[in-house]
Amino acid sequence: MSQAVPAAPEAAVPTIPLGQIAPWAVFVGLVALTVLFFVSAGQGAVSFPAGDAVHEWVHDGRHLLGFPCH
Amino acid sequence: MTARSFLVRGLLAGLLAGLVTFVVATVFGEPSLDAAITVEEAEAAHEHAGGEEAGHQHAGEGTEVSRTTQKTFGLGTATIAVGTVLGGVVALVAAALVGRLRGLTPGQSTGLVALVGFVAVALVPFLKYPATPPAVGGADTIGSRTGHYFLYVLVSVVAAAAAVALARRLGSRLRAVEAAALAVTAYLVVVVGVGHLLPAAGSLGDFPADTLWDFRRASLVTLATMWAVLGVALTALVGRLHEREARAAERRDLAASL
Repeated sequence: MSQAVPAAPEAAVPTIPLGQIAPWAVFVGLVALTVLFFVSAGQGAVSFPAGDAVHEWVHDGRHLLGFPCH
Repeated sequence: MTARSFLVRGLLAGLLAGLVTFVVATVFGEPSLDAAITVEEAEAAHEHAGGEEAGHQHAGEGTEVSRTTQKTFGLGTATIAVGTVLGGVVALVAAALVGRLRGLTPGQSTGLVALVGFVAVALVPFLKYPATPPAVGGADTIGSRTGHYFLYVLVSVVAAAAAVALARRLGSRLRAVEAAALAVTAYLVVVVGVGHLLPAAGSLGDFPADTLWDFRRASLVTLATMWAVLGVALTALVGRLHEREARAAERRDLAASL
């Protein structure tokens, strides 16, 4: 969790090991895709889940955030 | 700085961005959305008079959510949910790049991620496939329109990531400005070229041009608001975090030297 403290001023900005970011990235990426699916395409371009309640609920956001809608 | 400290700040900045975007979308977007729905209902009534089924379900019997709810809780749900997940993703990308772009402080590289994100995810796809108000586009083409839209977003994001990687490589041999200019040019060549090959945006029919312009301008303002608030807030939070940790490290070094 802690970063090396470099002596040279060139490398004064610490980096974060990619291995530490990877599990967060996988989880956040999957959550983001799920949320974006429901806001952007669910019950519209993709007829899942059945019905149109989600589509109607996020309708204005879907239009104003620039996603294709009906 | 850790992945966690970036993610926490990204989610907070994204939540703030979603809230501000909700207000801006309400003030700038809803009037034109209402105007478009008026056009749509007039068309539907006209088609009904001709014995034809309404083109689109919102005005029909299938409506389960009132306009009032759509404009308030519905719009709020969409902007806050998208803002928060966007904040998380942008923060983790910024975390991966901090210290890896030569000469940029953590605040600067985070701001760059948000700026590139806005251009690649929102602005460039908007220029090729602009947002469409209700009453534009039919149910028969929604599948292909959505497919082309997301394909173009994907191409744009991959091209932007490749451009940043190119700038990093060139940065060791060229001046920073030259490397950045070449990377931007390479990105533009890809998105303009692929945009030329992909099908054009769908036909608008006889939708009134002034309502369309108002809606699209409002939609772009909405998207820009989300990315701007997210970018500015996250840049400020990351910058402060870096300063605090740098001061703490200085104090540790001083204490160790005594």
